[in-house]
Amino acid sequence: MRLKLVPAQTNFDFFKYAKLTFGASIVAMLLSLAVWALVGLNFGIDFRGGTTIRTQSTGAVEIGAYRDAIAPLDLGDVVISEVFDPGFAADENVAMIRIQAQDGQESVTGDTIAEVEAALQQVDPTITFPSVESVGPKVSGELIRTAMIAVAAALAAILFYIWLRFEWQFSVGAVAALFHDVILTIGVFSALQIRFDLATIAAILTIIGYSINDTVVIFDRLRENLIKYKKTPLRDVMNLSVNETLSRTLMTSGTTLLALIALLILGGDVIRGFVFAITWGVVVGTYSSVFVAKNVVLFLGVKRDWSKGNDTTGNQFADIDA
Amino acid sequence: MLQFPLFKRVVIWGLIALGLVLAMPNAFYSRVEQHNDALVEIEKLGATPERLEAASQWPDFLPSSLVNLGLDLRGGAHLLAEVKVEEVYADRMDGLWPEVRNVLRDARGDVGTFRRVDTDDGTLRLRLSNPEGMPRALELIRELARPVTSLTGAGASDIEVAGSGAEITVQLSEAEQASTDDRTIRQSLEIIRRRVDEVGTREPTIQRQGTDRILIQVPGIGSAAELKALIGTTAQLTFNPVIGRSADADQAAGAGNAVLPAMEEEGVFYVISRTPVVTGEELTDAQPAFDQNGRPAVNFRFNPSGARKFGDYTAENIGAPFAIVLDDEVISAPVIQSHIPGGSGIITGNFTVEESTQLAILLRAGALPAELVFLEERTIGPELGQDSIDAGRIATIIAFTGVLVFMALSYGLFGIFANIALILNVFLLFGLLSVIGATLTLPGIAGIVLTIGMAVDANVLIFERIREELKTARGPARAIELGYEKALSAIIDANITTFIIAVILFVLGSGPVRGFSVTLGIGILTSVFTAIYVTRLIIVTWFERRRPKTIEV
Repeated sequence: MRLKLVPAQTNFDFFKYAKLTFGASIVAMLLSLAVWALVGLNFGIDFRGGTTIRTQSTGAVEIGAYRDAIAPLDLGDVVISEVFDPGFAADENVAMIRIQAQDGQESVTGDTIAEVEAALQQVDPTITFPSVESVGPKVSGELIRTAMIAVAAALAAILFYIWLRFEWQFSVGAVAALFHDVILTIGVFSALQIRFDLATIAAILTIIGYSINDTVVIFDRLRENLIKYKKTPLRDVMNLSVNETLSRTLMTSGTTLLALIALLILGGDVIRGFVFAITWGVVVGTYSSVFVAKNVVLFLGVKRDWSKGNDTTGNQFADIDA
Repeated sequence: MLQFPLFKRVVIWGLIALGLVLAMPNAFYSRVEQHNDALVEIEKLGATPERLEAASQWPDFLPSSLVNLGLDLRGGAHLLAEVKVEEVYADRMDGLWPEVRNVLRDARGDVGTFRRVDTDDGTLRLRLSNPEGMPRALELIRELARPVTSLTGAGASDIEVAGSGAEITVQLSEAEQASTDDRTIRQSLEIIRRRVDEVGTREPTIQRQGTDRILIQVPGIGSAAELKALIGTTAQLTFNPVIGRSADADQAAGAGNAVLPAMEEEGVFYVISRTPVVTGEELTDAQPAFDQNGRPAVNFRFNPSGARKFGDYTAENIGAPFAIVLDDEVISAPVIQSHIPGGSGIITGNFTVEESTQLAILLRAGALPAELVFLEERTIGPELGQDSIDAGRIATIIAFTGVLVFMALSYGLFGIFANIALILNVFLLFGLLSVIGATLTLPGIAGIVLTIGMAVDANVLIFERIREELKTARGPARAIELGYEKALSAIIDANITTFIIAVILFVLGSGPVRGFSVTLGIGILTSVFTAIYVTRLIIVTWFERRRPKTIEV
């Protein structure tokens, strides 16, 4: 009668294929880094400056004609792509035009935009411009810096918080898992050339938040079991902890993915990249919580014998249990 | 046993009721919005039957705070402008020049002759014919210094005077530059606000960002270009002495002078003294009008000090021309026919009615103290925003239903308890967003959907724990109690880490990203509250009524 994603009692050995899963994670990370280095991210105007114009017309989008119309304006790199969405009406044809930041211009000129709009209206008189966004190179440089600070601050804050609540091995394990998630996300954005902009950074931070959430729940159970089963090998206690929390892990991922997939399909094209990043992050985040974070902790080892312990510096909050 | 003191129950239900009441206006968005707008108009412009009727659409005793819709949902224009604060330094030096000239002239015996050298770095540079006079000249100029009028720069003087060889350089001190920058930005903010208000759009955001930037967001305006035309014009009006007239733009003007083009006559240039007689800042009023030939013109009136300066100047210079300069263009250069004592006058030019109206608005609002450079501009059409709202609404409903069904199937009766808490959670979230006046953006909607997905997490943790505790059973009541107790540390840790992320996003993010962080952060607060307290209260109430011997979670 009840919907159960996993049986009430599971005894999976999550370390049985540890070499394979951990190896796969490392290979995936290396691949991501390679794609990132070779292909690079498809930065949006937030990060490289320039202008994007969204066009909408009742006639079909003719990328070639648009390109020919804009070419005489001599604007350098112009990327035109058609946008598809199940939510569009039949006579709703949408394209995105991205124009690079113009050399020697600190600020954005409205004249250039007006010229482009006029040229496009020559091609298709029904064309309208639902959104026009321009970012100057000065601001885009600052946005990159802020974005990097945000991600670094998030990782540092979590490193610190987990260290405060658990032990340093746990915080290293958790942050390793987060790096894994962030790198794989960058990898998939590079490979698929999805536009990478400010919203994507917000998505990455959300992934960090979600993934740490998952990891912390497993760690929390591990901490509890380590106190309960003092003599059992660390590896077995870890397996027990993951098994005990497996149902919850999959339930939460399930509900979150359910919500995100609805948004991915129906939420419209404007936020699709953003939602895709979070959806992807929930999948890798769940995987890394189960297969990456605790492997790192196992590798680093955990101090088990608390009875004679005087090693309380830095983890005096370690065994608070609310 | 499962104890729940009465006062706690009252507080929990009270908070939920409060959340529902506060969230309610959002269900009647357009009606409440018209009511609010009407109230503002009545306050400003007085009551009319239509306004009173619009206001009566929503009862006054109910809360009327709404979630603000961000630009990406409502449509409008967004500009990020940088104020060229350095320009003001040069203006200050131009203002200082006559004073310097006078003190040095009076001491010509000690100092010798001198002339001003042209610069373009915001300094005032003089060359003395006789370097011997340098110490005395420096001394005299330093006496013109005034203390800086700001808290941080207290004690410092406003100008720095340095001499090397035969050249004297006068510039604003660092403390004075800082306080000038601050004044310039504030003045710009104020003027932009007045100009945007003249157009009368709803809830514009005009904010200072960092040291020299201003963020302007105006919902409902057609395009960023339109907004730029409105606020980007400096509208710097000055009345300057005319020195000569020329057909050559590269005419040598002489130090302290400038060559400016005439607005109406092609190829005509005026050489004017850069130190104005009166500036637009001393205008008290400007109205569109018509001149004696029936052509559009602008009437203006000076304040008493401006009127006096203008009166004195016209009295002393009868027969000489003076230039009315707007944004470095000479609108006209009439010859002073007589002493003009009243401090009012008329600007005539080749205006259309629209232009004269626009000029009057700009003059009334005052001139921007410095030029604006636009670093970022975004226009979002209202239809795109509406499409996003529609798509977001559908996605949210589907996501919501999906999660509700999933929870009910997985946890049965307890799942339904969690669902009630989830529904209340969304109301609380909207209630809180309305009260703090948060702005809902498209990523913000995604934040709500994500919150819906993640909000059940706390309940999942608790229910899974209760299931486990039921195995080692000491009765259902004890299992429920232990379930809540033991799941708490994981819930707290998991939510604090996510909350940290929300705070970082809020601090470092801007615009839509910040909107996302607000819904995410508030979503965490409300979901922890509903998942821990509300479900517990529901379960306890249910348990007390039924007293089941066994429970199935």
